[in-house]
Amino acid sequence: MVEYRLRIRRFNPERDQRPYWQQFTVRMEPTDRLLDALQQVKDHQDGSLTFRRSCGHGVCGSDAMTVNGVSRLACRVLLGEAGRDIRIEPLRGFRVIKDLVVDMEDFFRKYRAVKPYLIHNGPLPEKEHRQTPAQHARFDETTKCILCGVCAASCPIFRVNKQYLGPAALVNAHRFLFDSRDEGTEERLQILNQRDGVWGCRTILNCSEDCPRGIDVTQAIEEIKRLLLYSKL
Amino acid sequence: MTHQWDAVVVGAGGAGLWAALELSRRTRVAVLSKLYPTRSHTGSAQGGIGAALGNMEEDHWEWHAFDTIKGGDYLCDQDAVEVMCQEAIETVYELEHLGLPFSRTEEGQIAQRPFGGHTRHFGQSPVRRSCYAADRTGHMILQTLYQQCIKHNVCFFSEYQVLDLLVVDGVCRGVVAYCLADGSLHTFHAKAVVLATGGFGRLYQVTSNSHPLTGDGMAIAYRRGIPLEDMEFFQFHPTGIYGLGILITEGARGEGGILRNRTGERFMERYAPTLKDLAPRDVISRCIYHEVQEGRGIDGKDCVHLDLTHLPAEIIETRLPDVVDFVRTFLALDPVKQPIPVAPTAHYAMGGIPTDLHGRVLVDAHNTPLPGLYAAGECACVSVHGANRLGTNSLVDILVFGRRAGRHAAAYAPESDFGRLPDDADGEVRSRVETLLRRTSGERPANLRTRLRDVMMEHVGVFRTAEGLRQAKEVVAELTERYSHVCLDDKGRAFNTNLLEVLELGHLLDLAQVLVECAQARTESRGAHYRADFPERDDHHWLRHTLAFRRCDGGVDLRYKPVTITRFPPKERTY
Repeated sequence: MVEYRLRIRRFNPERDQRPYWQQFTVRMEPTDRLLDALQQVKDHQDGSLTFRRSCGHGVCGSDAMTVNGVSRLACRVLLGEAGRDIRIEPLRGFRVIKDLVVDMEDFFRKYRAVKPYLIHNGPLPEKEHRQTPAQHARFDETTKCILCGVCAASCPIFRVNKQYLGPAALVNAHRFLFDSRDEGTEERLQILNQRDGVWGCRTILNCSEDCPRGIDVTQAIEEIKRLLLYSKL
Repeated sequence: MTHQWDAVVVGAGGAGLWAALELSRRTRVAVLSKLYPTRSHTGSAQGGIGAALGNMEEDHWEWHAFDTIKGGDYLCDQDAVEVMCQEAIETVYELEHLGLPFSRTEEGQIAQRPFGGHTRHFGQSPVRRSCYAADRTGHMILQTLYQQCIKHNVCFFSEYQVLDLLVVDGVCRGVVAYCLADGSLHTFHAKAVVLATGGFGRLYQVTSNSHPLTGDGMAIAYRRGIPLEDMEFFQFHPTGIYGLGILITEGARGEGGILRNRTGERFMERYAPTLKDLAPRDVISRCIYHEVQEGRGIDGKDCVHLDLTHLPAEIIETRLPDVVDFVRTFLALDPVKQPIPVAPTAHYAMGGIPTDLHGRVLVDAHNTPLPGLYAAGECACVSVHGANRLGTNSLVDILVFGRRAGRHAAAYAPESDFGRLPDDADGEVRSRVETLLRRTSGERPANLRTRLRDVMMEHVGVFRTAEGLRQAKEVVAELTERYSHVCLDDKGRAFNTNLLEVLELGHLLDLAQVLVECAQARTESRGAHYRADFPERDDHHWLRHTLAFRRCDGGVDLRYKPVTITRFPPKERTY
């Protein structure tokens, strides 16, 4: 067992004028997850500590937060790797609701804006659409997105420009633009071909670096830009 | 605040979302979820969805049905299994049409792989039946259905916890929900309600289940007089990451992974000579514990190895990328080069709210439906899984019966009236919440939760005995008493997850009581319910479903109903 000090940025809208820092100490194994440490604090020290969590192993996207200055999923951070003093804040660029919980409504609104669903107008085959492994590989990576918000929080453009669609919405546009079954390219590109659409990206690469699903987000955005530049619409 | 909707779906996993899609075609429908929809537990499913497409080799829905029934140790209702296995095929094609990015064969068809208990020709050898999207099939199902709900303008109330069911004159009229953001109560007046709230794996200390899986829908229905069916059957998945419980898909064994004990022996050859590592989960979980008891666990611990190291690195990396990532992240091991320590993890409730083939909730042993109330997915029991679910069949179940429940409700709601709400519809919930918020001293709820999970793990897990169950019953009763004195740290209205966790604990305690009493009564071993003191299956006395009703005094009243058998009479179950 090792002692870890968690410095947590707290804010309760019913009580606090402004956020403040509070320190908790837990004794846990280095192989334990930061999410477990937060739960331990909630269970045994302060039940009012507030954070979201669901799957606990990095596939649901609930527990994104800022850990030692970097956007992470708390369930994917092992205490041993985070160090003995761990600084925990809500995701940057999002309005704080309470403690580590942020308002995701605008994030999901932008996601919905890119028509993140298969658009297929023709008749349906009796069985499955045929799609070769190569065609599938063309968009496979962007299907991994769990909409956790890490890429958005890591993006300095997203944080300051509230109109910018942001990396997560663009990743999900990519997922359909490059799906051989999809017929919505034109309508989707019209939405993306805006100053605050795909051109909002300044290729800063933070999103690719921090994505907990290992998606090369910037690459995906670049592919959309290239599609706009070189395809005849 | 009161809302009026033709239909309300509670839960936004696979079953709820598909029901909502069907409902959105004919009614005004709202989906209430305690999470954002994309956080639902369906997203954790990895290995695939079973359907006899026959893309890789000959396959038939009848073979799938036989495997499901045998896998369920003959407790399945066979008419429901037949429906599920037939409709699985069109359901998978429809999912593909909705956009699901399945992995593909060279010819561009949906790729399929072997899975536990799925065989060709009624048990001869493993068959490739599981349709998959790498090892994130559940994630892709959840995303695809949510995307379609966006396309069809389905209205979501995210982070609304449903806490009560409104039934007046034997007809369902809606639900009462707690809005997490501001602590307000909302009465949803509806003509049809579909419960799709998932399972309750969080009743156990080691589980593959997401934190929010606390059986809310089942407990809420049970408290309103609706019985729960076959609750003694709870599945432990054999390959959870040791110590963490995180799932390693059966697809890992489908791709050729092997279970080994400390001597390196492929021990499943001894227990299941035909299917070996692809025997059903209840069988393998018991075998792992047996190996450990015999001193053949790894390094003296209660785990064995899942060995992928003989497989080509490319297969592991491309077909099981998430598994590779989990093992590297959480264990700092490389599964391409090192075996993975695994142990059984609490995974799936076969039992739940009894329904008919259209998802209508049944209120007695004569299968009388409660008008306006539907259930689908893990919270329901139509009984397609019987005493033990086969891998891939949970996804089949949620989609086939989520769709059926949605379709029936979409036909029912427009033909029905709103009816009257009960006086003071949210009164019970309001007093429950206010009592918790007002109490100024008492016990920490987490202590109770930990004790509950420990005792369930120890005495109501893979192996059960009369003595262990007696102890568990005592502890659950004691914890239930102590629960009435718990005190919250957080007494606020805004995003009070402290309150939410305590309400969830109340649901778990009710379900624990039911599960233990059902398990005490069933003096036989069948599927996932293994009584060390009654090791044989006893069809003469126990080929029947358990129905647990809540008594006025808070006790459990057990009744039974027959199993529907159509074409596969019970036989000895060997693999």
